[in-house]
Amino acid sequence: MAQTRRPSRRRIGPLTWARENLFSSWMNSVLTLTAIYLVYVSVPPLVDWALLSAVWKGDSREACLAPDAGACWPFIEARLDQIVYGFYTAVERWRVDIVYLVGAAGLAWLALPRLPFKRTVGIGMLIVYPLLAYVLLTGGMFGLALVESERWGGLLVTLVVSVTGIVASLPLGILLALGRRSRLPVIRMLCVVFIEVWRGVPLITVLFMASNMLPLFLPEGVTFDKLLRALIAVALFSAAYMAEVVRGGLQAIPRGQYEAAQALGLGYWRTMGLVILPQALKLVIPSIVSNFISLLKDTSLVSIIGFFDLLGIIQSANSDPAWATPNTAFTGYVFIAAIYWAMCFSMSRYSQNLERRLGAGARR
Amino acid sequence: MTLETDGHLKSHATEEVVIALEGVGKWFGDFQALKGVDLEVRKGERIVICGPSGSGKSTLIRCINRLEEHEEGRITVDGIELTGDVKRIDDIRREVGMVFQQFNLFPHLTIMENCTLAPLWVRRMPKKEAEANALKYLERVRIPEQAHKFPAQLSGGQQQRAAIARALCMNPRIMLFDEPTSALDPEMIKEVLDVMVELAAEGMTMLVVTHEMGFARTVADRMVFMDAGEIVEVADPETFFNAPRSDRTKLFLSQILQH
Repeated sequence: MAQTRRPSRRRIGPLTWARENLFSSWMNSVLTLTAIYLVYVSVPPLVDWALLSAVWKGDSREACLAPDAGACWPFIEARLDQIVYGFYTAVERWRVDIVYLVGAAGLAWLALPRLPFKRTVGIGMLIVYPLLAYVLLTGGMFGLALVESERWGGLLVTLVVSVTGIVASLPLGILLALGRRSRLPVIRMLCVVFIEVWRGVPLITVLFMASNMLPLFLPEGVTFDKLLRALIAVALFSAAYMAEVVRGGLQAIPRGQYEAAQALGLGYWRTMGLVILPQALKLVIPSIVSNFISLLKDTSLVSIIGFFDLLGIIQSANSDPAWATPNTAFTGYVFIAAIYWAMCFSMSRYSQNLERRLGAGARR
Repeated sequence: MTLETDGHLKSHATEEVVIALEGVGKWFGDFQALKGVDLEVRKGERIVICGPSGSGKSTLIRCINRLEEHEEGRITVDGIELTGDVKRIDDIRREVGMVFQQFNLFPHLTIMENCTLAPLWVRRMPKKEAEANALKYLERVRIPEQAHKFPAQLSGGQQQRAAIARALCMNPRIMLFDEPTSALDPEMIKEVLDVMVELAAEGMTMLVVTHEMGFARTVADRMVFMDAGEIVEVADPETFFNAPRSDRTKLFLSQILQH
């Protein structure tokens, strides 16, 4: 059979490419030039401040006081331990290191598609790891010294709050979404009320209530950890948002899918777990990750109830007179902004990668 | 397969009643979709249901595995009466396979996974056995080579045959077909009908809603004509096509057999 050849693609040089893509019309040319100008006025000064004119060595504020000095990196170096561990007892910091390392290794294992035993590692990360982290971080058992959560801080608090929120909010949100679409009126009502109440209240209010008002309602003598209260508040708050995202996905699944599963005798939970949710969740991955990202950034609000998370610890460090220079505050903020950005951007990239992989065979 | 002299498939109908509908009524809001429907289906019997659109054909067979709830009368399937009892409904759905107009394959699973899902989770069949079983039925519908593809990679006719295999994998006693060829391009209708004729020849109890009158002539033991939610006429195909009694049946036949 004579096959017709696909026409070979025309090779184009950079000049032709630029003419076709950047200067194809006068409007396009104006936009291109404006963009070039914006890059010109913003990028070189930033690079100059952060790298070229920056101060890299020194033991005190004196080093950063030169008239044209840029970023004051020795300040970050001096405060790095606090940024990573907060006020965690110095000799016990190896425990935090273990939690960080195991967490990072587990996540990497799950994220890299080629590695085997995904299910075992996943179950380990969901069940064993939280227990391990709890025992190691809190202590007070197995001969480990107790480190109260008031001493935790910096990246540690940010990660504990956001990871707990992320891990707890997805399953809770799925249950709430299923409940909101339930045929049973009582369950549906409860879920609607829960979702609408939590979504209708600002997170700051919720955190304030958890830290200051809740103890007033508890019986005399009953106390539980303030960080734990904040964790529960954040998890429930984000579960309400997650529920609506998941519900959106559920609504996009055609009725025929439910009917086919029911007709095979799968029953409610298997229909949901094996047929509907895998499709619905895949559809809403971008929104789920978007929720995770905003949750991660919202954890900075715990600083107003007295926890020194990444933002809180930098703010307290900034006000240290020993490091008072014109660039201190800005250096601190840029540094933690970079940490937040790196975490959020990795989540975003991972979700795009996941979407591509899941979408590969199963396009409708 | 055994064709009798008139070109009709040999009947496998027995005396045992497997589906009994007595005075079944169903409303959608104020619209009455089924009005006092009585029908008995015997084991091995093949019934083709036809009628104008909106006449209640699909609703009728969807009531049999309770995708729709009837509000009046009694439906008994395989000796079990359909009530609100979830356990009984699932028991019945295990024994009753269904094929839909839109195939409704699960797009996130391969054809093989579509076919083994219910045997694995509902019948608790070991994985090896479920896969061997699935392959057997995929061979019967002549698409074993498609087993590891996703539904979207198959043609409409192949998807519908996969859907038939998926239903057969549960080893059902009764098969319901809800306009199985209506969403197919003309050249794919035959491949699906061929599979259905083979199934009929093996003695499967079948209720088929379809407009394929050639298929009906060959396969049906009884024709059921519905209009406006009622069963208007029940007859063997010979009588039904050549000497229908009711005027409504005559009108319907004249409209669909014109071309």
